[in-house]
Amino acid sequence: MTYILKPQLHHPKLPTNSLGYTRRDYEGSVSTLCAGCGHDSISASIIQACFELELPPHRVAKLSGIGCSSKTPDYFLGNSHGFNTVHGRMPSVLTGANLANRDLIYLGVSGDGDSASIGLGQFAHAIRRGVNMLYIVENNGVYGLTKGQFSATSDRGSKSKKGVVNTDAGIDMVSLALQMGATFVGRSFSGDKDQLVPLIKAGLAHKGAAFIDCISPCVQFNNHVGSTKSFDYVREHNEAVNRLDVVMPRDPIHVAYKPGETVQVQQHDGSILSLHKLAELYNPSNRAQALGYLQARATRGQIVTGLLFVDPNAGDLHDAVGTVDTPLNQLGEAELVPGSAALDRINAALR
Amino acid sequence: MGPKARVNDFVVKFANVNGSGSASANGMFARSVMRMGVPVAARNIFPSNIQGLPTWYEVRITEAGHLGRRGGVDLMVAMNPQTWDRDVAEIESGGYLFYDSTKPMPPGRFREDITVVGVPLTAMCNEAYELPRERQLFKNIIYVGALAALLGIEPEAVQGLISEDFAGRQKLIDANFEALAMGHSYVMKHLAPLPLQVRRADAVGDRIYVEGNQAAALGAVYGGATVCAWYPITPSTSLAEAFTAYCQDLRVEPESGKARHAIIQAEDEIASIGIVVGAGWNGCRAFTATSGPGVSLMTEFIGLSYFAEIPAVIFDVQRGGPSTGMPTRTQQADLLAAAYAGHGDTKHPLLLPADPGECFEMGALAFDLADRLQTTIFVMLDLDIGMNEWLTQPFQWDDSRKLDRGKVMTAEELEAGADFGRYKEVDGDGIPYRTYPGTHPTKGGYFTRGTSRNPYARYSEEGAVYVDNMERLLRKFDTARKLVPAPIARAAKRKTRDGVLYYGSTNPAMNEALEMLETQGRHLDALRVRGFPFAQEIYDFIAAHDRVFVVEQNRDAQLKTLLMTEGGIDAAKLPSVLHYDGTPITARYIAGEIAQRMALGQIEAAE
Repeated sequence: MTYILKPQLHHPKLPTNSLGYTRRDYEGSVSTLCAGCGHDSISASIIQACFELELPPHRVAKLSGIGCSSKTPDYFLGNSHGFNTVHGRMPSVLTGANLANRDLIYLGVSGDGDSASIGLGQFAHAIRRGVNMLYIVENNGVYGLTKGQFSATSDRGSKSKKGVVNTDAGIDMVSLALQMGATFVGRSFSGDKDQLVPLIKAGLAHKGAAFIDCISPCVQFNNHVGSTKSFDYVREHNEAVNRLDVVMPRDPIHVAYKPGETVQVQQHDGSILSLHKLAELYNPSNRAQALGYLQARATRGQIVTGLLFVDPNAGDLHDAVGTVDTPLNQLGEAELVPGSAALDRINAALR
Repeated sequence: MGPKARVNDFVVKFANVNGSGSASANGMFARSVMRMGVPVAARNIFPSNIQGLPTWYEVRITEAGHLGRRGGVDLMVAMNPQTWDRDVAEIESGGYLFYDSTKPMPPGRFREDITVVGVPLTAMCNEAYELPRERQLFKNIIYVGALAALLGIEPEAVQGLISEDFAGRQKLIDANFEALAMGHSYVMKHLAPLPLQVRRADAVGDRIYVEGNQAAALGAVYGGATVCAWYPITPSTSLAEAFTAYCQDLRVEPESGKARHAIIQAEDEIASIGIVVGAGWNGCRAFTATSGPGVSLMTEFIGLSYFAEIPAVIFDVQRGGPSTGMPTRTQQADLLAAAYAGHGDTKHPLLLPADPGECFEMGALAFDLADRLQTTIFVMLDLDIGMNEWLTQPFQWDDSRKLDRGKVMTAEELEAGADFGRYKEVDGDGIPYRTYPGTHPTKGGYFTRGTSRNPYARYSEEGAVYVDNMERLLRKFDTARKLVPAPIARAAKRKTRDGVLYYGSTNPAMNEALEMLETQGRHLDALRVRGFPFAQEIYDFIAAHDRVFVVEQNRDAQLKTLLMTEGGIDAAKLPSVLHYDGTPITARYIAGEIAQRMALGQIEAAE
């Protein structure tokens, strides 16, 4: 949380996107997180993804809960409305905001404490309702703001900086999201921008509940030997199943990877996900297989990353509720107030 | 002692087993009396259960229009063997007992000071019907027919209701007519009409008969609410369900059939209020309906709504607390919890409707106030108003009325260079301007947070900045004082130094109690409180009297506590009349308590 605003000046030759915005126009206040924090890398990837997707910055609504990760929406998209809600309850606030205006893009940013402990219920229910959003958990396995307690995603047997061993089973947010019916599920690593930026772009373009579990080492409290969420541990155990390229309908379509290794998926908004498969057997269109694959690799101590599941034709909560195309917050008296004639009819039926 | 003769002024109570289908038959009984132009006040007394437990339905037939609960029973319709003894005991001396005489009861189970009327309902049903369900359902209609004959209710009035309720299903209409006639002719043949009689009158007028929850839901429709998030909890559930039904009727885009509303049954009360806060932040009118336990769960979000200044509406249909308390009984015991919900220094406006008509009005008004004041507005119903049908003035709407969206800065104003500070005092009323998300590409964006911030919404823990903001919130609360519904005065016929304050569902019992006291020569000026923060008239009223009774349906005198806290009023000046056993307060109780205190006061003065 900061009140330091970045200067508006920037180099005149900074590249602009088709809307005339530079990358700087997608930035926010100066981060007050610890130097080297994985969360700042994720913020940078969000900025890059929004710039590349050419989103009008003010048409994104960014919501978060409480914790280090939940502070980050202040550090990107400074012209967007942001909402730092209450601990573990961002999903419900985002759901309400989404119902009010279906035309904005909703980005929920949370942490493992915020989403896997206090907010596990709301996380599950927002996912199962199919709220059209990208939900990113910046997962460091630790409570940073309160100085190093285990979170619910800490693996059993991992050691805290003080040497305490975690005896509780860790919650795998990716498996949970798959079980709850998320229609876009990915996992990445804050240190792997090449993988993360396209995943965020694809998640933002996805219609329905999109979820990215982003492992993000805490440099202060969870980056030591014995931690399963440290930079070294994740790099050593990362098992990437695919590499993603997102092609928007307005771009000339190009395929970055060799034929035979690439699967193309067209999403609802026309974006094309070009998936370069690394693991031969991995099929991102099968929920059950995705769950099985994750489990199998987890028993070998591997952390699977990449786009793990996508249903490109998914619907969202507005489809389920059957709301009008006009955002509800733009309806006026004529659409909302039935008037005295209707009331006379109602009165007559109550006599 | 001879039987009491009474016309259009008596109480009939039905003792049933819940799940037996008695509710619709009993309702039909009450409505048929109204169709004869005689007002009724009917109340369900029911358990937190679906089938098999005792349930009662009390109908006060009152040409004088006393819609409060009277207390006492003149005719008990004892259909539940489980509760026989207490039901028989409840009958006023000289009253009547109606029962199913199929199996003879030992004389010891009756009372000598009441008149017993037996109709062999079960035997009649068994003879006429084959299916057990038919026997059970038509038994209810048979006793309605028998009661109509005993009490002088025109069979045509009941038939009219049957025809309306089952319109288009002729077989059902015929079967019900038959059952009705069966009960009616049995009485005409074997018994005589009772001295308790319903006579056609013209005392109902154009009033409607409706539940408060239904009325509040309709108010939400007219108030422009589009997002409703809720979690089932007695006694508020029927509010959200009525909103759903009204929206399906009144809030659908004709061309596409799509919904101009979004209703979410959330996973709990916390998510419900979270959805409401999110929708309110994003420029929708949103509400939740709940009861005391739900308010407890929602308090963190209510504090956020207060401090981050986000509109929200909560309909709190109060029930007996604390904890799970008495989930199907009525109380006014959430006043303090609602007024100060949240940690830290918080205060929230409360609207206090007294009947379904006001539930509609305040239900609509709440959304204008939430947008105008950018905060949570509570509409405080209770189970008695919410879940019972009341005779009330017809709903009215002025078609020229506009929804007041409050202070919202537009893209044009931002473009023209308006200085936007989300938490900046502009007009001296404590209310800042807000923008809806997505309004302008480079102006008007801000970060909403529950942490302290400066007028331009930037994080700040500086003491002076924090205090300025908290003081502005107090000014805003003072603005609310003039916007919430004003109190309604009822002057005594003679000049008096005694007053009484009351609110909500106490209203009809209070009006009747004032009449009773007046006939005893006890005069009190009365003021019905309808909103919090308290209007100046309330403090003026207290100042103008030596003693002001405060009548409430809770144990701890919560309105009095608010008056003392907010107005610095001496507790000794505000004697409490408290009723909190879970049944609606009665005129007899209020009048008795006040008469006793006034008599004591006279004795003390004489000493």
